[in-house]
Amino acid sequence: MLPGPSRSVMAAKPQKPQANPGTEHREKRGPDAPPPIKDSQFARQAPANLDRVSLPDVKVDVEELTRLYRQMQLIRRVEEEAARAYAQGKIGGFLHLYIGQESVGVGAAAALRPGDYVVGTYRDHGLAIAKGMSARAVMAELFGKVTGCSKGLGGSMHLFDAPNGMLGGYGIVGGHIPLAVGCAFASKYRGDGRVTLCFFGEGSVTIGSFHEALSLAALWRLPIVFVCENNEYAMGTPLARTLSVEDVSQKALAYGMPRDRFFARDVLEVKQRLGEAIERARETSEPTLVEVRTYRFRGHSMSDPGKYRTSDEIEAQKKLDPMLRARAQLELLGKTAEQLSALDAEIEEEVQDAVRFAAESEEPGPELLEPMTYVGPFAR
Amino acid sequence: MREISYRVALREAIAEEMERDDRVMIMGEEVGRYQGAYKVTEGLFDRFGERRVVDTPIAENGFAGIGVGAAMVGLRPIVEFMTWNFSAVAFDQILSNAAKVRQMSGGQFSCPIVFRGPNGSARQVGSQHSQSMDIFYAHVPGLKVLAPAFPRDAKGLLKAAIRDDNPICFLESETLYNLKGEVPDPSEGDLLVDIGKARVVREGADVTIVAWSRISVVAMQAAALLEKEGISAEVVDLRSLRPLDHETVLASVAKTHRAVVAHEGWPYGGVGAEVVDRIQRHAFDELDAPVLRVSGADVPMPYNAKLEQWCLPQPETIAAACKKVLYVD
Repeated sequence: MLPGPSRSVMAAKPQKPQANPGTEHREKRGPDAPPPIKDSQFARQAPANLDRVSLPDVKVDVEELTRLYRQMQLIRRVEEEAARAYAQGKIGGFLHLYIGQESVGVGAAAALRPGDYVVGTYRDHGLAIAKGMSARAVMAELFGKVTGCSKGLGGSMHLFDAPNGMLGGYGIVGGHIPLAVGCAFASKYRGDGRVTLCFFGEGSVTIGSFHEALSLAALWRLPIVFVCENNEYAMGTPLARTLSVEDVSQKALAYGMPRDRFFARDVLEVKQRLGEAIERARETSEPTLVEVRTYRFRGHSMSDPGKYRTSDEIEAQKKLDPMLRARAQLELLGKTAEQLSALDAEIEEEVQDAVRFAAESEEPGPELLEPMTYVGPFAR
Repeated sequence: MREISYRVALREAIAEEMERDDRVMIMGEEVGRYQGAYKVTEGLFDRFGERRVVDTPIAENGFAGIGVGAAMVGLRPIVEFMTWNFSAVAFDQILSNAAKVRQMSGGQFSCPIVFRGPNGSARQVGSQHSQSMDIFYAHVPGLKVLAPAFPRDAKGLLKAAIRDDNPICFLESETLYNLKGEVPDPSEGDLLVDIGKARVVREGADVTIVAWSRISVVAMQAAALLEKEGISAEVVDLRSLRPLDHETVLASVAKTHRAVVAHEGWPYGGVGAEVVDRIQRHAFDELDAPVLRVSGADVPMPYNAKLEQWCLPQPETIAAACKKVLYVD
């Protein structure tokens, strides 16, 4: 069953009717769906004002919103501290920050049940924390310490957490999408009722493994939701120069798959919209492609000077920061400044504890290498 | 003892393991209703149904990746490549995911999966369908690579591979599928062959021939030719390329003091080069002659029947190499 018209939370003057872009696609699927929304048009439809925050037209559970805000803030603060540690040379290699996109991972994880699987990209800190990994395990992994989630062998791009169903961040663009479909395949094979959420950027949409994965998931009706986090830039290349059709959700049409498309500016809306796709996967074993428009405030990685976009563009996007929005909503719901700063202080303590823990932990030794390569005796 | 073909031996292995463990399933192109492109899976669809014998579309990257993900969360998939040539488009799944996930996750996940299918030359199928993929996979830590030559080993190793907790590339050969050999009856119990053990398939005193997969059969023919000339060749069938049982090879070289390594793949940096390196490192003082390799020719495989045979190791070329290390002729 598809939901009725969406409930925009934005109260500012829209240039178009209030309908959230993409809604029409949810109601009308198949070859006679409406023509693509041009990207520029899609962007204009997004109300651009945080000054007049309202509450989403859904029942808001203050405690839940508080919890989601806390997770987003925790992710952001962990990453800000990671960026600092990177600059100090305590973290090496690549570091891809999720700052700005937190509402996607947090809203998505909130819509899942314990036991569900998530599979993500190399920009995986947010998803790992949203799925329950401790700040300590994340930070220690970034520091390359044996107390990290992957014993310091995986690093920033490869966060795994088996008990919480975090099946990893992967470094080959698009290569993890078939793997995620395999998790859903196993769920259907066993009839275990789990749903898999697979995250990827719009940069993955241009590689073959994305298409093979969607094709097979649709053919075999597997319980998976494909979440395209469209942050508008495939590294430094904007949408218009990577996709002939900028509406990523349209790829679902070719595979006869339901689709959805929305902005990730309200964490509760993310939860609700992805929740619909997750329930469809769980109840009818039907996969969905969801394009979530989001924006990263930082560069692709730490080495990215970001010359491909203007500071005006970034500043405009920062005004739409979903985390600040959630905070404003909490104020609207009666959280006092004291309560919010107490929450922030608690988060701060957790982050500082994680940094201390990472700094003080031991490094892994070479004796770990062979046992972590094979189960059982090393095959040489 | 009863004789069955290599093909039937593989089929028995798959069926027996599917019978004993519901987590074992097989997927690939034409494995089900079509009964297998090379009939290895004949009858399995009728016996186990579409849940466990899964026909895939032509999407090796997609279904190899699905196998990897399913293995991570507890299934034990067998992924059939119609031929190993087509694994090239799934290489990323095997190289970047299957072989890495244990290490990337700090041991939280493993990948118990078997990729299998015919490898190397068939008969006049041209350059794109005749490649030996051995070295591409044997090169990768995290993978095990098996390449049996005889029906008994094919069955016992495939069963062991399905039970192994690591990702395994199982290399067969189209030209071996009809080869018959003695295989114990299933009523005599589970036939399991240890992974990582080479086997002396012919004892000899003068020269050691190291080979695997189809070329082990050719090496036996070479040994028969040499016998007529009074030369006693020992043939070591590696069976497993990674792990590589160099102990068995070295024990043979310690006896014969001369070695020839024969294989289908190209010579540049191949599995043969690895075997030669281990012999020279560990048995330098045992050698009475440089170790020689007889490999596939260093060109894409030609279609022409005579040229194709010219490119492949033959009993005669292996025998000639043996005589060379014996300084005969």
